[in-house]
Parts: sequence; C-alpha cells; structure tokens
Amino acid sequence: MKVVVCIKQVPDTKGGVKFNPDGTLDRGAMLAIMNPDDKAGLEAALRLKDQYGAEVTVLTMGLPKAADVLREAIAMGADKGVLVTDRVLGGADTWATSTTIAGALRNLDYDLIITGRQAIDGDTAQVGPQIAEHLGLPVISYAQEIKVDGDKVTVRRQYDDRYHMVEAKMPCLITALSELNDPRYMTPGGIFDACKAEITTWGRADLKDVEDCNLGLAGSPTKIAKASDKVRKGAGEKVVPESPEEAVSYIVGKMNEKHLI
Amino acid sequence: MNLEEYKGVYVFAQQVDNKVDSIAYELLGKAKELAAPLNTQVTAVLIGSNVKNLCDSLAEYGADRIIVVDDPELKDYRTEPYAHALASVINEYKPEIMLVGATAIGRDLGPTVSARVATGLTADCTVLEIGDFPLVAIPGKESEQKHNQLLMTRPAFGGNTIATIACPNNRPQMATVRPGVMQKIDPIKGAKAEIIEFNPGFTPNNKYVTIKEVVKAVKDVADIMDAKVLVSGGRGVGSAENFKILEDLAEAVGGVVSCSRAVVDSGWKPKDLQVGQTGKTVRPNVYFAIGISGAIQHVAGMEESDVIIAINKDEDAPIFDVADYGVVGDLNKIVPQLTAAIKAEKAKKNN
Amino acid sequence: MDFSLSKEHEMARQLFKDFAEKEVKPLAQEIDEQHRFPRETVDKLAKYGFLGIPVPKEYGGQGCDIQTYVMCVEEMAKVCGTTSVIISAHTSLCVDPILTYGTEEQKKKYVPDLASGKKLGAFGLTEPGAGTDAQGQQTKAVLDGDEWVLNGSKCFITNGKEADVYIVIAVTGKVEKKGKMLKEISAFIVEKGTPGFTFGTKENKMGICGSSTYELIFTDCRIPKENLLGQQGKGFAIAMHTLDGGRIGIAAQALGLAEGALETTIEYVKERKQFGRSIAQFQNTQFVLADLATKVEAAKLLVYKAAAKKDEYRTNPKISYSVEAAQAKLMAAEVAMEVTTKCVQLHGGYGYIKEYGVERMMRDAKITEIYEGTSEVQRMVISGALLK
Repeated sequence: MKVVVCIKQVPDTKGGVKFNPDGTLDRGAMLAIMNPDDKAGLEAALRLKDQYGAEVTVLTMGLPKAADVLREAIAMGADKGVLVTDRVLGGADTWATSTTIAGALRNLDYDLIITGRQAIDGDTAQVGPQIAEHLGLPVISYAQEIKVDGDKVTVRRQYDDRYHMVEAKMPCLITALSELNDPRYMTPGGIFDACKAEITTWGRADLKDVEDCNLGLAGSPTKIAKASDKVRKGAGEKVVPESPEEAVSYIVGKMNEKHLI
Repeated sequence: MNLEEYKGVYVFAQQVDNKVDSIAYELLGKAKELAAPLNTQVTAVLIGSNVKNLCDSLAEYGADRIIVVDDPELKDYRTEPYAHALASVINEYKPEIMLVGATAIGRDLGPTVSARVATGLTADCTVLEIGDFPLVAIPGKESEQKHNQLLMTRPAFGGNTIATIACPNNRPQMATVRPGVMQKIDPIKGAKAEIIEFNPGFTPNNKYVTIKEVVKAVKDVADIMDAKVLVSGGRGVGSAENFKILEDLAEAVGGVVSCSRAVVDSGWKPKDLQVGQTGKTVRPNVYFAIGISGAIQHVAGMEESDVIIAINKDEDAPIFDVADYGVVGDLNKIVPQLTAAIKAEKAKKNN
Repeated sequence: MDFSLSKEHEMARQLFKDFAEKEVKPLAQEIDEQHRFPRETVDKLAKYGFLGIPVPKEYGGQGCDIQTYVMCVEEMAKVCGTTSVIISAHTSLCVDPILTYGTEEQKKKYVPDLASGKKLGAFGLTEPGAGTDAQGQQTKAVLDGDEWVLNGSKCFITNGKEADVYIVIAVTGKVEKKGKMLKEISAFIVEKGTPGFTFGTKENKMGICGSSTYELIFTDCRIPKENLLGQQGKGFAIAMHTLDGGRIGIAAQALGLAEGALETTIEYVKERKQFGRSIAQFQNTQFVLADLATKVEAAKLLVYKAAAKKDEYRTNPKISYSVEAAQAKLMAAEVAMEVTTKCVQLHGGYGYIKEYGVERMMRDAKITEIYEGTSEVQRMVISGALLK
C-alpha cells in the first residue's frame, strides 16, 4: 500500500508571532516547524507502515528550505520526500495551493492521501478537501482514528457534538486532527540518514494537468486587501460600585453589550 | 465568468438531526446586513432529508427566499451529496455571496464546493462588510477599483494577525464564518419566505462514503483549555466549599471552573484546573477572574482571553491591569447575585 | 575553524530540545522530590535510540558522533540533571569501554541490547577506600578454573540496581613496576542477577535525586572467564581512559545545567517586578547575566572541543583527548556551580522555593565538580600534561 502525506512547514506561533519594523511577519525570527495536524497525519501513515509495510511518501510545497520538513519526516521514518518549489507558485491562496499539490500528486501512485486538517499559520482547513476535489477523490475530514482493512478505510470523523464512523473505498483523502495520535520523535540516526537522503524536487513543469492561470499569486481568486498585527489590549474599565446589585447590573450590561449571554 | 449574472446573498442553513443550527440564524442576520447596500435578497439554502418544516424559522430569522434540497441521501452529513447539492444550487441560481458556518461541517463543505465551482473561499471570518477593493484606489487606476465587494476579515497566525480578504474576480464570493460572532436578528413572528424546491439528482459514485455508526458524544471531564467560558477563582474565594458559588455561576453561563496556583497549593482544586505559567494557558471567549490578584505568572496563562471580567475587593490588584471590565467589590455578595441575574437574562432571551 | 553546527547537529539539537521539554521536564521536579528513578523516561530514551547515540549501526546503535551524544546530554541536563547522568553513565562508562576494549564476541553479546536501551549500563570503580586514588582498590578477582571469583564492594554507583550490565574494576594480583609492588588491576563485565552480586544501601543525595546511586556488593560472585574486559592487568588504563570519555559526558551535563538555569532566569527577570519595573531593567541583573552568559559560552566551546577531539580519536586512536576532557569538565562544572548559584540569587526568595526549579539545578550542579574525578583531579590531569 502506498500513502502520500502532504505536510507544510509553518512558523511556530505558539510562542507568539514576531514582526518586522514594517509590520510584516518576521518568519526568519520564528522557528519553522512541521505543522502539528500534518505531523499527526504522518504518524498515522507511519503506523500503517509499521502494521502493513506501507510505503510512505511525504510531499510539501514551499520555498527550497521547506526541504527541512521533508528531512524531519524522513528522520521519523518516511521513505521518500518530494518538494514542490517554483517562483511562479509563490503567494498562492488555498485554491492555487490545492491546484498545485493536486498537479504534483497526479505524478504519484497512492492508495491513501493524508493531509493535516489545517495549518497553524493560515488555520483555513481548506487545502485538504480542495485537493480531493481536484483529484476526484472521496474526502474524510477531521479524522480522529484511521483503520485500514483491505481496500477500505474506516475513519472516526469528528463533528462538533458527535462523531461518525465512516467507511470509504481507497483511494481517498483523509484530513487528520492533531488529537489523532502522539507523533513519534525522530531518531538521532534517522536524522543523519535523512540529511543524506535524496529529495525529489519538482517545479512548475513537473505539475500534471494544471493551467498557469490557476497558479501562484496571479491564479489565486482571493486577494489580501489589508493585513495587520492584532492590537494588544491594555487595561479596560474599572468600576467601584456602591452595592452588589450595581456590580451585577454593570457586569450583565457589559455581557449583553458583547453578546456573551 | 460574467460576474454581473451573480446576484443575492446566500446562506448555507446548516441543520443536524433536522434541527437548525444556531450558526444558520447568525449567518442570516449578517446576510441581511450585507444585502441592504447591495439592494438584494437573502436566500437560505436548506439541505437535508425531510427538512421542509424548518423553513418557517429560517423565514422568521431573515430569509427572503429558501431553496430546499431534500433527498433521502442527505439524511446525515456526508461531504459528497452535500457538496453536490450546494454546488448545484450555486451553478443554477448564481449567488453573489455564499456564506457557510465555520463548523466541523462547513469547514469541509465550504472548501469542497469552492473547488468545485472554482471560486475563492475565505475561512473563519469574524467580520464581513461591503466595500471597495483595493480599499484605496491606486492613483491613476481609479477606474480599476471595484465597488460593492465582500470584504472578509479573519484572524491568522493563531490570532496574532488579522487580514482582510476580497475575491474580486470570481463568483460567488465565499466565506466560512466563525460561530458565535455574527448577530441573529430578533425573529419576526409569522414571517414567510418564498420556498423553492430543487433536486439536482443524487447518484452515488466513488465519492460517497458509508456512515457505519453515528455516536453522539458526551464529554465527561471538561478541559479548561477547550472551554469557551472560564470561571476562575483565586485565594480570595476563601475555601474549597466556597467554590460552590463559582460552580453555580459556571453552570449558569455554560462555562467551566478553573483556578489560580494559590488554590491548587491550598488543596481546594486539582492541578488540572490551574491556569498560569506553571498550569495551563487558556484563551476562552470570557474569563471571569474572581478573587484572583493577578500575579504575572497567572496573567501569562490567561491574558489572551477575548473578554476578561475581574471581581476583586482590592482596588490595586494587578488583575485590573488586564481586565476589560473590573469590578471592585465583595465576591461573596456579587457572584451569587450575578448567577441569578444571568439565569434570569437567559430565561428572558429564550422566551 | 568552523563554529557553526551542521544540519544534522541542528536537527538533532532540536529533537533533544523537544524531547526534553515534553517528556523530561514535566517529571523533573517530581522525581527530585520523591528520589525516584524515572524508569518511564528511560523507556522513552530507549525507544528513540538515545541510549545508543555514538554506537555504530552494526552494533544496533544510531551511528552518530560524540558531538550528537554531547548535545543529547546537554539538552536533557537543561531540564533534568538526573536524566542526563543516566544517559552519560550508561553510554560513556559502560557502552564505550565494551566498544573500545571488548572482544568481537563481547561486543556482539552486550552492545546491541545496551544501544537499544533494552538493557541499561553502569560502571563500578569507586570503593569506600578508593575514590580518586584508583590504586586503593580492594575488590579482588581470582581466577578459579573457568571463572573469575569477585569479592568486595563498590560505592556511589550511578544507575546501580537499575542497570543490567556493569563494568567492574578489581584487583587481580600484584606486579612489580620500577622496583615497587603495585596492584594489578583488571576490568570485568558483570551481569545483574549473577549469584553473589547484590546491592547495598541506596545513597540519599543532595542532588540528582532521581538517579539511582547504590553500593554494589560481590560475595564469591562467579563470572565466566570470558567476561574479562581487555587484557588482564590493563584495568587501570581502561578505567582512566573510560573516565576521560565520561568526563565529556559530565561536562555536557554541567553545561546543560548552567544553560537551563540561565534560560529560566532570563525569563524570570523579565517578568518579575520590583520597585515598579522588571528586575531585568536593573544594571546589576544585566551585568550578572552578561558575565554568566559569557562563562557558559566559554564552557560550551571547551565541551564541544573535547567532543570534537574524541570524534577525531575515533578515527585515529593514537591521539589522546584526556586533557581536553579534563579542561571541559573542570570549566563546565565550575561554571555550572557559579551560574546556578547566581541564578538562585537573581530569583530572590523564589529561587529558594522548589517550584521554580533553579534550586534543584544548583543542587544538581554541585555533583559535577565531584564525580568522575573532582575538579582537583582534573587540575592534576591538566598540570600533569603541562609539566611532564
């Protein structure tokens, strides 16, 4: 069985985000990590490798330095890495990104494609389902559990107040939640091997059945009108009410104003 | 794509188990606001099996028109038949704006449909408005500025940045919208909408998955990191027993009780509930800091909360430096009355 | 001269950092307070190959260099002194001598299980009457047919009782050297469970409290003849050479403790407010931190240099890294003690309280000036090389 896991290198937003003096994001100052949901997807694939000997390929799209995240995946146990990188692909929104990745995936054999539900930089959760749509595959989003049996995959699909046990015939695409599992660490020896491993690098010319008008910034239907740093809030109001009743009516009033009740 | 052909603000009226989800009403409220400057109608798209009875409430909450796609294949949510239903509606009726809730359903349906109808989609929006794109015309290219565009604002990078996005060259302009942000209108009793039944036909293909089991979840232990509302107590609460008044308030507001380190050290509450540097970092919609002085170690774990309401008898407590709304007073008197007032307020709203 | 880390080393550093943060740090305070050996952590270290980092792949190891191993010990020590010494004692004092002096049979028999962490290793040299002075050894091994019979005891043994394989140094006779009768000393491999091999009392220590420190007791303990490690009579050289390597591990531990305390303190001084401003804004704080950071960096360079020298030795066994190891350990241990002490001071009252962790780092740091050769012994090694 062949599994392709789509992963993304993202800035670690956990410790806060750093900005350049001009207000743009200072990606260089932030640690670049493998997106957590993607890492859970990779772990799910590596478990299929442990159980059934699945071949695991990791694929990413990004700048040349995104190869690091492929090496990390190989150091965890993935077999092969594919980097899709090209100047013309820059500035892509989710439509252009999913078009690009689908174009790359058309070159690969797969029974299962796993993506993370969403990346912590964009938080959109769109690229996985859109890739499935471009490739004409069934998609099961928000996977909390994945089991493979023959050519069928059973997934515990999470919803807000319930879950469905869903069965699909492979090939299909699954988007993984970080709560799916605890991803394994790399091994030190795996790191040394991964740094020697060959990474397949594809550019625009290697994408299959993709039109230029759907790629990169120019091919993105959504356009950024404005981006800004969130304003940090300081102290708000402080009141010293005469009575508990006055205090309560103040709080209830504010909660109503903010639609919090 | 002739953009002029696309008219109207459409809302995906999410229902589960034949109950309209609150997000549908929230989207209708917003759609009404957006429709006004565009001089257009609000259309709800209701997809499901035996769901026609839900039309009245959608009309009361602001739908001028309802397109109902009713088919047995649509009983429980599955990506494919739902995406086929919504994409077919879009192709047939050509909306200018299509809003979907950013729920576990909408965040699957939205991207699938946007890819199918080849348009852009902006995720998890918190602000939607009609305006110009670019926001300011480029000098010399004033004629290229587009008017009456949907401007979609959303947080990114874990809430550290915000971006406003437009979709100027494709239609519909699609957005998923974060639940709990937009305001429903006060329902108009007896309001009626035009109802259109539409069925594009459902023939199962490779994309249809099988639902083997539906399990409705009951959460046993509340995780303070998931809670939308936290009622957090500090040393000022005074005793383990007195946390009862906080628990009552938490129940009234649909929240969970958490605490400061002092409370854990005193053995009043388990470590699981501790907020702060040596505890957990939380960012609920509302954080009640009750009897918490606000040591930096505590503040580090909760300052990202959307709204912080502090009650403390010490006027100089540092918690007031981060609180949006600070009340100086005796928590033992205020909290029980607040619980009662919120219950009363909720009862009023439900009627 | 290139001071930047390779891609491999950068990735390995990040791995050790993540592992330490998520798996080791949460237990650090608890195992210290309860004086509990963190078996669950050892199982995780084993799972990810951290107990066989500088071991060739053919013996089931990770096939990495000493620099990688040193960074592993360093990163663990940043959050937990106990965990770092478990790795160091196992790798430097048990696996390394078997790899260096063992026969092919011994290597095949012991190293794969040690490198995979299925088994844990320890090293017994110190005796109640013989610490720094190895000639004071009393434990005896006598050949009786096909077996060596061990009698005596070893004390302060790290990983004692928790380990499965022990390197034990014992007296096997007397030899004449320059007209003096000296003890002939040899090294042995002893497995846990061998009849006559038992454990004495557990030491109640000031620091590295989760580390299991026991007395080893040998009472007519019979081990197979082939468990002699290296040549008979070469035990003293084996022990000294093993300690040269061990010192690099302890130097890395000391370095990590200093860095951990410094990082914790930098965070703290930015947040702690006194007289209306953060204590980071006081010049005293700034100057103390500047000095500490500079000393830590100096220690780091010496530790990494010693690691590089040992890596060089692994391709060319003619060279010695004894002086580099002694200098690294001397410097790093004394820096660790100074840095942790001053970090406690910068924390004020909170520094003296267990929750903030710096007092633990200070207690843990003290042992690095003592074990595997006290600072005084390191000075002897260094000056000996200068004046020979």
